[in-house]
Amino acid sequence: MGLLSDPVRRRALARLVLRLNAPLCVLSYVAGIAWFLALVFPPLTQRTYMSENAMGSTMVEEQFAGGDRARAFARDFAAHRKKSGALPVAWLERTMRSVGLEVYTQSFSRKLPFPDETHERYMVSGTNVYGILRAPRAASTESLVLTVPCGSDSTNSQAVGLLLALAAHFRGQIYWAKDIIFLVTEHDLLGTEAWLEAYHDVNVTGMQSSPLQGRAGAIQAAVALELSSDVVTSLDVAVEGLNGQLPNLDLLNLFQTFCQKGGLLCTLQGKLQPQDWTSLDGPLQGLQTLLLMVLRQASGRPHGSHGLFLRYRVEALTLRGINSFRQYKYDLVAVGKALEGMFRKLNHLLERLHQSFFLYLLPALSRFVSIGLYMPAAGFLLLVLGLKALELWMQLHEAEVGLEEPGGAPGPSVPLPPSQGVGLASLVAPLLISQAMGLALYVLPVLGQHVATQHFPVAEAEAVVLTLLAIYAAGLALPHNTHRVVSTQAPDRGWMALKLVALIYLALQLGCIALTNFSLGFLLATTMVPAAALAKPHGPRVSLLLPRLECNGAILAHCNLHLPGSSNSPASASQVAGITVSFLSPGWSAMAPSLLTTSLASWVQALLLPQPPE
Amino acid sequence: MAAAMPLALLVLLLLGRKGWCLAEPPRDSLREELVITPLPSGDVAATFQFRTRWDSELQREGDTDHYFLRYAVLPREVVCTENLTPWKKLLPCSSKAGLSVLLKADRLFHTSYHSQAVHIRPVCRNARCTSISWELRQTLSVVFDAFITGQGKKDWSLFRMFSRTLTEPCPLASESRVYVDITNYNQDNETLEVNPPPTTTYQDVILGTRKIYAIYDLFDTAMINNSRNLNIQLKWKRPPENEAPPVPFLHAQRYVSGYGLQKGELSTLLYNTHPYRAFPVLLLDTVPWYLRLYVHTLTITSKGKENKPSYIHYQPAQDRLQPHLLEMLIQLPANSVTKVSIQFERALLKWTEYTPDPNHGFYVSPSVLSALVPSVVAAKPVDWEESPLFNSLFPVSDGSNYFVRLYTEPLLVNLPTPDFSMPYNVICLTCTVVAVCYGSFYNLLTRTFHIEEPRTGGLAKRLANLIRRARGVPPL
Repeated sequence: MGLLSDPVRRRALARLVLRLNAPLCVLSYVAGIAWFLALVFPPLTQRTYMSENAMGSTMVEEQFAGGDRARAFARDFAAHRKKSGALPVAWLERTMRSVGLEVYTQSFSRKLPFPDETHERYMVSGTNVYGILRAPRAASTESLVLTVPCGSDSTNSQAVGLLLALAAHFRGQIYWAKDIIFLVTEHDLLGTEAWLEAYHDVNVTGMQSSPLQGRAGAIQAAVALELSSDVVTSLDVAVEGLNGQLPNLDLLNLFQTFCQKGGLLCTLQGKLQPQDWTSLDGPLQGLQTLLLMVLRQASGRPHGSHGLFLRYRVEALTLRGINSFRQYKYDLVAVGKALEGMFRKLNHLLERLHQSFFLYLLPALSRFVSIGLYMPAAGFLLLVLGLKALELWMQLHEAEVGLEEPGGAPGPSVPLPPSQGVGLASLVAPLLISQAMGLALYVLPVLGQHVATQHFPVAEAEAVVLTLLAIYAAGLALPHNTHRVVSTQAPDRGWMALKLVALIYLALQLGCIALTNFSLGFLLATTMVPAAALAKPHGPRVSLLLPRLECNGAILAHCNLHLPGSSNSPASASQVAGITVSFLSPGWSAMAPSLLTTSLASWVQALLLPQPPE
Repeated sequence: MAAAMPLALLVLLLLGRKGWCLAEPPRDSLREELVITPLPSGDVAATFQFRTRWDSELQREGDTDHYFLRYAVLPREVVCTENLTPWKKLLPCSSKAGLSVLLKADRLFHTSYHSQAVHIRPVCRNARCTSISWELRQTLSVVFDAFITGQGKKDWSLFRMFSRTLTEPCPLASESRVYVDITNYNQDNETLEVNPPPTTTYQDVILGTRKIYAIYDLFDTAMINNSRNLNIQLKWKRPPENEAPPVPFLHAQRYVSGYGLQKGELSTLLYNTHPYRAFPVLLLDTVPWYLRLYVHTLTITSKGKENKPSYIHYQPAQDRLQPHLLEMLIQLPANSVTKVSIQFERALLKWTEYTPDPNHGFYVSPSVLSALVPSVVAAKPVDWEESPLFNSLFPVSDGSNYFVRLYTEPLLVNLPTPDFSMPYNVICLTCTVVAVCYGSFYNLLTRTFHIEEPRTGGLAKRLANLIRRARGVPPL
């Protein structure tokens, strides 16, 4: 502070920043990338540990032995499913009731924004079946969920078989303190989302569904299971949820504990855990896993039906049975025992999972990077924007001083030059226009899709892309008048002020995104920061395009920010409705990442476009 | 398989002025009975009732003064052995003789449902109510589960349920009986066989349907003396199908809707499954103060239409002093689901007010539903003293209705909870940052800085300044 309050030294510091700005920017950017790559090396990545006392110390003895029963259930389920061509609701109800559960069904329907890739269906309707195991003498205040999503093809019947066999085994035990819900959903994520919305009695995505007849209190944790064969070589665990949300790390630790105990081969992102972290091979393998996780988290899509639970603050993960050409195979009993152990430990929980990390990156199943260690990577990248903004501010400031006292020595100046206010006021119009464009990008593609398909010979998916392109084209054409307003001022001051505001705005948005969804924030920062920092007009005429585009970029980021914002507050639920649609249908969900990339691509493309004539 | 009831205490203080009224010598009496109801699912329900009456000098006077009425709930408390032991000590024969020998904690808590109650009330001894007796009624209901306790078998005996058999009645009791529900589930033939065969049966209308009970009187010497013990066995002749149990006319469900930690909604679903009769229900809700209810959001809908309650009593909460009290009389249309919902906001507690495990959530007590449910079969008004005790569990008011009180499930609501694991770190860090930054920033923002030229010139300049000051000119 003393440094800044001394005008002489302040000026010296300013000169230093001005002179060394470019090397500092490069250094900061490189440092950010290097920090990110260094995350996989042992001092930064740590060994995971169980924080929750209730799950850590006590050990359970797994007694599940219903492998044959699970296979028989799976065979029956597959046969009935083949016969009916859909989820065999009546058979499931009968079987669940025969193992002693309280059985309910829920029917739902949803009109898809895009036709399904395989079936060309707009209206999807299905039925979820769930059975509740009531904990003896408890008051149904808490519950755990074991869910099996069933898609349109006939996979996952082994998971249903295992679910039923586990239900039968769990039903005969006296130790349950929480109710257990066994849920079989139809149409993958659609059914899961319909059930979750009905359970919490909200309507976020415009789903029509029948109200639930049976409930079991607050859900504490959920495990989704996907198995397509009687034997598995490994179990893959998926953690990435809707909008990049992650379950509490303790749930993953719990899974890992039972992997080790049962001698199961467990993978993360399909990759085995490296054994040796001291040599270079281990960290390199960890880096692959980490990058895969970053890509998946950045996409914002739920990587399994567990991802939809996270919105409702239910810790959840998906277990996938992988059957490859390895020699050692595990049967359903081994998988069932791991699940039994997990559920019994979750049953011990007094409080909901909260002790361990919610924000982390995983280079391996037993290694994690905590938020305090990965945030500097994004921080260094955003520092580039800050340095650039500082440089612009100083240039503007010096220009100001130069105008006031031409040729004179740079004397003491007031902190805010009076003409600066005029410059900022003239920025309001372009900023508002860019904001409006961001809003249009957010709302119009979904809204206008229906209109577009009615009036033009395009498909639904094309309509969205075309609308996006149309908005960009319109955005390039729009603010010519503001162009003039700003350029009537001093030749350089206009674009400098605009770029200054755009840089700060972009840094702010990226920072917010990196806090909620680090992967998305980091990926956006690595691509947008150099472009934003380097963009500079080369003639007096073309001044305003680039800063404006940066505003657009910031708005894009802003659009993406809406997604994480949906995770906690019910107030923004209605705003998010349009975007959340994307996670529900297969056609639309494929679009969500492409939407992001399209917008980025068109942003870059717009940079390369010829300037609009004056 | 309903949820176990939380420990609910209804404290009724009806003590009047003390007065002497010795009309008759004290008469103490004890009646005990056990009702066993085999359910078609294979589960079996057992309800013990013990009624002790004694004369007392405490006199009740006039009408009930509602000022003394108190209602309290501990929704977090679950019934456990520590509740059973003192409860058993109130019995005249403790657990030494009579039906109470069956009350073994290890079996009673190996069940899927457990409910325990104590009721105490004054009873008039004559028509003018000049003298009263006190009545202590103890009830314990358990449901044995075919899947857990029965290992999948649906045949039961007293020994299998309680690991004890009956040997003798309580010598202090005036009546000691076991009733077994042998109502035919199918009309054509008997589905249930009871062993030993009952000597007498009893027929009555319970919960609106006609029921037949086999009676085993422990004071009947033939019953015990034959084999020195009585082990009643139930055998299903034709195992009942896996069918859904008959749905009661009135049932309810309560849940919290919404997600996030800011707002939420308490919803209660009231089901009236009677095909053609509507009936009113009195709904009593007590909601803790830290859920701030918005009364204007109270909506009651049945069959898609708004249902206006005929009576509402609302007493707002006072922070840290008293909970919300909401009482409504709602008419439930025939064959309908009525949804009562009210929105709330989750309050921030002071950090000392959180319970030891704050992330577990905070309990909201169950709503209490009181209703006169229409019965299918008309019941004759009965003499309470002559009929079995269980008859008065669901008292019939005028022959066509019976009284039911239901408790919904308690709720678990999460409040915004600070991370208690590192408050010290956070406090230290915050204080340091504020202390370091605030002063400097304040100085930087509120002051302007000028460069003071260093004093040069020494003596000559000082002299010049002296002269200038004398001339009235600003110094150099």
